[in-house]
Amino acid sequence: MMLSPLNQRRWRNFRNNSRAYWSLVIFTFLFVLSLFAEFIANDKPILVNYRGEYRMPIFSFYPETAFGGDFRTEAIYRDDEVKCLIRSGGVIDCFDDPVGIIEQINAGTFDDPDFMKGWMIWPIIPFSYDTPNTLDRPAPSPPDATHWLGTDEGTRDVLARTIYGFRLSILFTIVVVSFASVIGIIAGAVQGFFGGWLDLIFQRVLEIWGATPSLYVIIIMFAIFGRSIGMLVFLMVLFGWPALVGLVRAEFLRARNFEYVRAAQALGVSNWTIMFRHMLPNAMVATLTMLPFIITGTIGGLATLDFLGYGLPASAPSLGEMTLQAKRNLQAPWLAFTNFFTFAIMLSLLVFIFEGVRDAFDPRKTFQ
Amino acid sequence: MAMIEVTHLTRIFDVSKPWLNRVLERLPKALLTAVSDVSFKVEERTVYALVGESGSGKSTIGKMAVGLLSPSEGSVTINGIDLTRETDAAKMDKARSDIQMIFQDPYASLNPRWKVRDIINEPVTARGGSGVGLAEKLLEQVGLSALDADKFPHEFSGGQRQRICIARALASEPKLIVCDEPTSALDVSVQAQVLNLMTNLQEDLGLTYLFISHDLTVVQHISDKIGVLYLGRLVEEGTPDQLFDDPKHPYTQMLLAAAPKMDGFGREIDPPQGEIPDPINPPTGCAFHPRCPLATRQCSAERPVMRELRGARVACHEAT
Repeated sequence: MMLSPLNQRRWRNFRNNSRAYWSLVIFTFLFVLSLFAEFIANDKPILVNYRGEYRMPIFSFYPETAFGGDFRTEAIYRDDEVKCLIRSGGVIDCFDDPVGIIEQINAGTFDDPDFMKGWMIWPIIPFSYDTPNTLDRPAPSPPDATHWLGTDEGTRDVLARTIYGFRLSILFTIVVVSFASVIGIIAGAVQGFFGGWLDLIFQRVLEIWGATPSLYVIIIMFAIFGRSIGMLVFLMVLFGWPALVGLVRAEFLRARNFEYVRAAQALGVSNWTIMFRHMLPNAMVATLTMLPFIITGTIGGLATLDFLGYGLPASAPSLGEMTLQAKRNLQAPWLAFTNFFTFAIMLSLLVFIFEGVRDAFDPRKTFQ
Repeated sequence: MAMIEVTHLTRIFDVSKPWLNRVLERLPKALLTAVSDVSFKVEERTVYALVGESGSGKSTIGKMAVGLLSPSEGSVTINGIDLTRETDAAKMDKARSDIQMIFQDPYASLNPRWKVRDIINEPVTARGGSGVGLAEKLLEQVGLSALDADKFPHEFSGGQRQRICIARALASEPKLIVCDEPTSALDVSVQAQVLNLMTNLQEDLGLTYLFISHDLTVVQHISDKIGVLYLGRLVEEGTPDQLFDDPKHPYTQMLLAAAPKMDGFGREIDPPQGEIPDPINPPTGCAFHPRCPLATRQCSAERPVMRELRGARVACHEAT
């Protein structure tokens, strides 16, 4: 892809801002890493070799019977029996003394007519965000060699939950902000461009809409339709889009009297083209300045809802829900610290990045 | 048939305060009559100049001519098509592409984020045409280099930008170009170049210009016919010779007397008396009568109509 000279210059400006640039690098690294969270923190092995066959439990469903077990439900790979079955190639004795057999296999002394050596490759963190663990002490348990950041109230691994929660919160924000921005920009553009009665009425509608207590509506809607991520996205967009309207409207009100806009009208260019090819690029700097606030606001908004218990379904990995646990368990500071650092790092990186983007788009700095 | 025909054109702007203020402060509605009952014709391949002071409604007429504003009363017809009342979309589109506009400020009328090529091609691409090679051809036609097509407007001087504006106006091969004070934002030396370019293009391409200016000396050299506006009304119309050698309306006489002379030292004449009146509350009768040396009782009571006088047209009771 070839960038236009203007965008090349913007990219150069962005790169020269090393704080923004390195924030982008780190954030991209973390985000891409979290996109592959299933390979990093999961309670299923990435690759299984059972009697010479390769299987990838992350992608497909295998009942326990596929490994010589009894149940037709999905194999629980963390169970000693299943581990033993896979390692030994389905030796029946695994049901009696799995731990002993695994030790013998490791020592190389195991001998059985059915024995066929198998292996599993586990993710670095062998727990998923919803894996209940058996602990030898009360949950939440402090960090140790197995659970690097400890466990939460539900005996679930905090690190795994953080990775999945980070991903969910970023993806959720991307979806909500992109929908809300598109709607907000179009609405603001239409109001600012046409002005007059349309603007007047639309502004009053927005004032009423803005005065609607969104939390109540979200609670009521969840009560009626049940909780789901789709519903939450819809509601967040519904209450999020007016954020950009005022700004884009103001920019368009200013720009519609510019002479080059008048010139385009006199040339017979369609309103839509004028709005989105002439005026929007010139309104973009102000919009971009606003966007970081909306993004960080959305991340915070989701965490708030989760914290209050009106956000994502309880099973979902959520940073807000973990914050609530941290508040309930002040004796377990690893919960609070994990949350604090996750939010602090995530939001700081985003703010630094957008600061750089805004400066790069600033026409006064572009031509330096 | 006349290229552009303006009949009884009137434009009133509502400049009242918001409704609530009007009710509370008991103010009447304030209406500004920017253009009042103006009629003229522009023949094909001629240059018609509209001159007047600021606030006389020159630019408003220009905007109504290209359809940026709609008239309150009267009509503008381009080649027999009324832009505000025509319902046939195809005819309308044809008329729209026959008419283009050049603006006063070449710094503001070019989108700073677009390349010159896109700016010039826009009138064509906006109608779904392809502008391959068009911008380069037009740039050379207006005295710039074809290599300039890849630059941005900020890389050019004022005169060069106005040439780009002219190239853009020429892109859709129009028959009529409305020039709204195209040289008033430029240096005097550059003004002459741009005017010469516009005159050459007019002759070469057979264009019709509606040329709006406040500068009589500019208008004298390029126009075939001049209309003098005062407070939204046409007060005198004639060829440059008729107007400059034999001004009939006292306002025209005043304007010519106030124009700088090449052969004089300092200020030899008195500046024009009085200001242009408030267009929201114009004088009764002839709008010029408060400043007019010839004014009579009739002038303050009765609005003069356009009449023929020695080949020119003038709206004055006293002109002889």
